[in-house]
Amino acid sequence: MSPRVQRLRGLVRKEVLQILRDPSALLIAFLLPFILLIINGFGMSLDAHRMKLAAVVEAGAAPTRAIEQALDASPYLSVYWAPSGQAARRALDTGEVRGILTLRQDFAQKLERQARWPAVAQLAVNATDPNTARLLQGYVTGAFIVWLQDVAKERNLSTGGGPVLETRFWYNPELRSTDFIVPGVIAMVMSMTGTLLTALIVAREWERGTMESMLASPAGMAELVGAKLGTYFVLGMGSMAMSVLITVFVFGVPLHGGLGALAATAALFLVFALAQGLFISTLARNQFVAAQLAFITTMMPAIMLSGMLFDIASMPRWLQLLTYVFPARYFVAAVQTLFLAGNIWSVLIPNLCGLAIAAALTVAATLAITHRRLD
Amino acid sequence: MLARVIALIIKELISLWADKKTRYVILIPPLIQVIIFANAATYDVWRVPISVWNEDLGSQSAEYIRGFSYSPAFAPAPDVFSPAQARQVLESKTAAAVLHIPQNFSAYMLSGRAAHVQLLIDARRSNTALLIGNYAAEITAAYAARLNPAAAPPVDIELTNLLNPSLESQWFILPGLVVILSLIMTTLVSALSLAREKELGTFEQMLVTPLRPAEIMLGKAVPPLIVGLLEANIVLLAALILFRLPFKGNLPVLELCLAVYSLTGVGLGLALSSFTRTQQQAILGAFVFIAPAIVISGYATPVDNMPRAVQLLSLIDPIRYMLVISRGMFLENLPASVVVAQSWPMLLIAAVLLSGATLMVRRSIS
Repeated sequence: MSPRVQRLRGLVRKEVLQILRDPSALLIAFLLPFILLIINGFGMSLDAHRMKLAAVVEAGAAPTRAIEQALDASPYLSVYWAPSGQAARRALDTGEVRGILTLRQDFAQKLERQARWPAVAQLAVNATDPNTARLLQGYVTGAFIVWLQDVAKERNLSTGGGPVLETRFWYNPELRSTDFIVPGVIAMVMSMTGTLLTALIVAREWERGTMESMLASPAGMAELVGAKLGTYFVLGMGSMAMSVLITVFVFGVPLHGGLGALAATAALFLVFALAQGLFISTLARNQFVAAQLAFITTMMPAIMLSGMLFDIASMPRWLQLLTYVFPARYFVAAVQTLFLAGNIWSVLIPNLCGLAIAAALTVAATLAITHRRLD
Repeated sequence: MLARVIALIIKELISLWADKKTRYVILIPPLIQVIIFANAATYDVWRVPISVWNEDLGSQSAEYIRGFSYSPAFAPAPDVFSPAQARQVLESKTAAAVLHIPQNFSAYMLSGRAAHVQLLIDARRSNTALLIGNYAAEITAAYAARLNPAAAPPVDIELTNLLNPSLESQWFILPGLVVILSLIMTTLVSALSLAREKELGTFEQMLVTPLRPAEIMLGKAVPPLIVGLLEANIVLLAALILFRLPFKGNLPVLELCLAVYSLTGVGLGLALSSFTRTQQQAILGAFVFIAPAIVISGYATPVDNMPRAVQLLSLIDPIRYMLVISRGMFLENLPASVVVAQSWPMLLIAAVLLSGATLMVRRSIS
């Protein structure tokens, strides 16, 4: 056995022992992803079922009864029939309802006579959260459309001319937001665990001076970095496997793509994240600064700039360009596609290339900066 | 006693400020995050690439499609000519939706008959998919009204968006960032200050000084409180100056609430570090608590959407309460009753955490 291999074996042994002795690494690799996935998977949801709406009916005549039924029947709305405008307003102010629908006295009269159409219904929405406001508007409009169709059928009216829009939702027909959020959370978890694993643990070695003594040993820089990355890589892949199992079996997200493609994607991303952690810790050499940098450069971009929750295409142009710098973007695109659509190579190949380039650049930068730090 | 505590506070502040890197980490990243995240965090849907599969040869389909071209919600993607192509552009995300117009669409429209138009939407991103559907329905209704101006629809819904009339996502996200960033900083600073002393062994030295446990806690609590308030105000100023958010509430009341809220962060940090032995464990502990706390607080997705159990869990999450106050203060003059209703749970959480941490320190003495 050449001394080089022997040294490498010794280094890996040292890392493994260190991991087993200090529970931090195992906590980062397994407990943290577990908690994050469970909480995010259950907690983050854009599906607003049973959105609370107050309705004030001043009219009370027959035609509105049918509208009331249509509103009550909507699976997306939970209607509070307010006795008065003031009561509804109070419910809106205290946040008990998201909006108020008002049918005024003349609503029923106008609805009766075709000549006086349209009868106007007022919808006031609390738009503090613009997304919820838009959804509520859509749901109320939807309930009215259902009612109009019933009326047309009942009175045997022809709907007149014009286009009838039929909407089909592909890849996620039930529109479960969990199906795209949870694969996104995997990206968040992997960037965090990957970077934290190395950032914190190596920052401590710098802080205590044990990193310097390692560098003084006959082991070369590449061997040191390689042994660290290799050991934590195995740990990180374990945490990825656990995340995928939770996604499929706890949250019931279908996995349409192949495991091989998923493993390759994860491996590339993990090399990047681990190297970035090493880079940060070498730069910071202080656990507080390292933790802050790790949080700011991984966790936040993984949530905000990866396309996991917010659509990149809707961001301003300069920010869209900036997202290309953060590999979480490539990882999220690849993982979401693998889970929901399958092995679509036209999506996967560009993103895997992005990940490979990011990984190579970060490893190179880490090697360079560790060299310089010795001076 | 007061002099002793003040001396300890000054010592803590100096040790924070002395390190150049720590100084940068406290001041610069929040600003960068505000600028980037305020622009990124948008659920707005616009310029969605849409492909058209038009089998009609007449002028009416062109007229109908023009409605989509003029809408800011959509941007044109390459046309398709077969179901296979439609599938391919959706799969590869070249287009987020495909509009299929059948043969004889124009003839049907001009003779007053109905024609079925199909809209295929990539629903991988469920939220966007739903909004695309709504926008397309609006465009279709507008086209129908133009085609047949005499026939008014039976019902018209008159919409008012209260508090945020132009539906600005930034008005939603920035008041949230004020809350989130300050808590992250307060918790980390307080968790690390105690953990560092323990790790370096200076904690024992401090215990043998005349300082009593409560005094030590006070001395350890004030500096992170100052840092947290500083952080919140940096974001607040950025929101008002860079993003021109309105501020309709009462600033002193907001600051007071922020102080109470920061106390919960301090309590969390100190409680965590009283359990942990090293800085690393303290940082990890902070992550383990803060990351889920952000998620279930309603910062990114509404609490109402969450399962019942998670909603109940969010009742012990201080971020949840402060979010309501912060958003209310920016966008409306929040009624005093709401401020009180949201403040006392934060006070309670802070009291529990701080007394727990003090108890732990007292125990480590005996």
